[in-house]
Amino acid sequence: MKIGRGEIFAGRTLLMSLMVFTILPFISIFLTALHPSGTVPGGLDWPADPQWINFVEAFKVANMNTLIVSSLRIVLMVVPLALVISTMAGFAIGLLRIPGSGFLLTLFVFGLTLPFQGIIIPIYVLERAIGIYNTKFAIALPLIALYMPFAVFWMRAHFVNMPVEISEAARVDGATTWDLFRRIQLPLAQAPIASLGILMAIWTWNQFLLALVLVEDPTQRTMAGALGAFQGHYSTNVPLLCAGTIIILVPTLLVFVLFQRQIIKALLQGAVKG
Amino acid sequence: MMTLDKQPATLSASKRPRASKRVLRESFIGWLYVLPALLMYAVFVLVPFVLTIVYSFHKWNGVGLMTWVGLKNYITVFEVPNLIGTIFNAFWLVVWFSFIPVGLGLVVASVINRVATGRFGEMARTVLFLPYIIALVAAGIIWGWLLSLSGLVNQILSAIGLGSITRAWLGDFDWALSAVGIIGIWVLLGFCTVLLSTAMSKVDPSLYEAARIDGSNWIREFFAITVPLLKQEIGVCLTVTVIFALATFDIVYVATAGGPGNATSVPGLQIYILAFAQRNIGLASALAVMLMFLVVVIILPIQRLNKETY
Repeated sequence: MKIGRGEIFAGRTLLMSLMVFTILPFISIFLTALHPSGTVPGGLDWPADPQWINFVEAFKVANMNTLIVSSLRIVLMVVPLALVISTMAGFAIGLLRIPGSGFLLTLFVFGLTLPFQGIIIPIYVLERAIGIYNTKFAIALPLIALYMPFAVFWMRAHFVNMPVEISEAARVDGATTWDLFRRIQLPLAQAPIASLGILMAIWTWNQFLLALVLVEDPTQRTMAGALGAFQGHYSTNVPLLCAGTIIILVPTLLVFVLFQRQIIKALLQGAVKG
Repeated sequence: MMTLDKQPATLSASKRPRASKRVLRESFIGWLYVLPALLMYAVFVLVPFVLTIVYSFHKWNGVGLMTWVGLKNYITVFEVPNLIGTIFNAFWLVVWFSFIPVGLGLVVASVINRVATGRFGEMARTVLFLPYIIALVAAGIIWGWLLSLSGLVNQILSAIGLGSITRAWLGDFDWALSAVGIIGIWVLLGFCTVLLSTAMSKVDPSLYEAARIDGSNWIREFFAITVPLLKQEIGVCLTVTVIFALATFDIVYVATAGGPGNATSVPGLQIYILAFAQRNIGLASALAVMLMFLVVVIILPIQRLNKETY
């Protein structure tokens, strides 16, 4: 490889400056969060007397403990159920190749192009009609449905690539469809199921529109939904707002750092195959 | 299935009625596996999709009677500058959210592949990806502060001697929408970079080596090898980011709430305001249908571009 020194220098400078562009905003809100509550510091001013108490304060005024419970509850409702039904559907479409598989796949993929805002109004009307508006299920149920296009598509992509021989051998041994699914295919599908689960957990935590429209009490929403309300109340108190934002960011960033490989792979492959 | 086919003709003929019954039973069982997902999807996505279209032809406040008004809502969207303006704003955001991240992402990915294949490149990919993983609401709040009068952006501008152009960027009629665009670049650049550089690393290195032996520089290599070979991935990046741009909501809601005036109002935000603040379900639905139609109309040609390569 013959690459000039000048080019190496120029290339790395470009990468460095884009990394700075990406990181500086995080540093700025972190420094701002350490300034005395209610002041308006400069974007990168060093706090003379770091106010760690701001994080405690933001935790309290935003009702974080209630909020974390409610967010986790929504995540725990959405992720397992969405995983089970999308894995089953992906299994039937990709591996069993039931009649109508092509049609079903197209039907689910169609959902990938639908912006949530396009269908939020009837979801709201529907929820009022069947009485789940503003309840524990208000965000979770439509969210499970909205994940189906990506989830079914993703699981189908896994099952469609499984060698036919495995299923045939099982059939010869007299395995039922359920045996084939539960005993043979499910253990082999652990990796894609795990990636999908991590992704859906992050998406749920970050979900804003559904939370805003379908649940009135901010403390019963997802983290992102609550942050919107928090911003409404504390938009003038910049340090507190920054502290609150950081508290909500940290879990997502932690999950990302821990599961970086799976997350990136799932997002990229999901997109490429989409 | 295969074992059945291999059986002698006479045997399989005598077994046919039972076999087809079995096939029927199996496909019935197979459909049972799809049913839960399909049911959820139908109730909360497909039915609402149809209902949005139905609402768009009616005048309705959400509780009283619905009255049929034909195409009136659509005509209103086209006639009221604040409504049709949201669609123009969305198009302008496509430039920032889609063209720039994809173009810049291509450049960055090829730089990583040429001069930073090791640890440094890996770190750059991870760092650039971070904003894509956080809540968009958080991105909106962070940049709302950075772009404010006393925020970091103005501080940097002053420091490099451009103090005269500092302003409250998100409150400025001429600049607010482009300032929102910067937020989109920040969020999406990493996604495009990682997707494209992953694809690039799979390109046969001998192609590049051959080009380098011929003495081609970065620019020639970029346009002659990288871009044509990555057509499909570029299509994917464009698809994802265009949908992202047209459907923006969270960022605008928290960073500008559509202001100043309607300078940064986008369809998603306007749908929300019309439906849930002004209770004009019909008009909101018409705008929603137009948004969904627009997404499909823009996405389809990009998809076709994908297929042509293969």
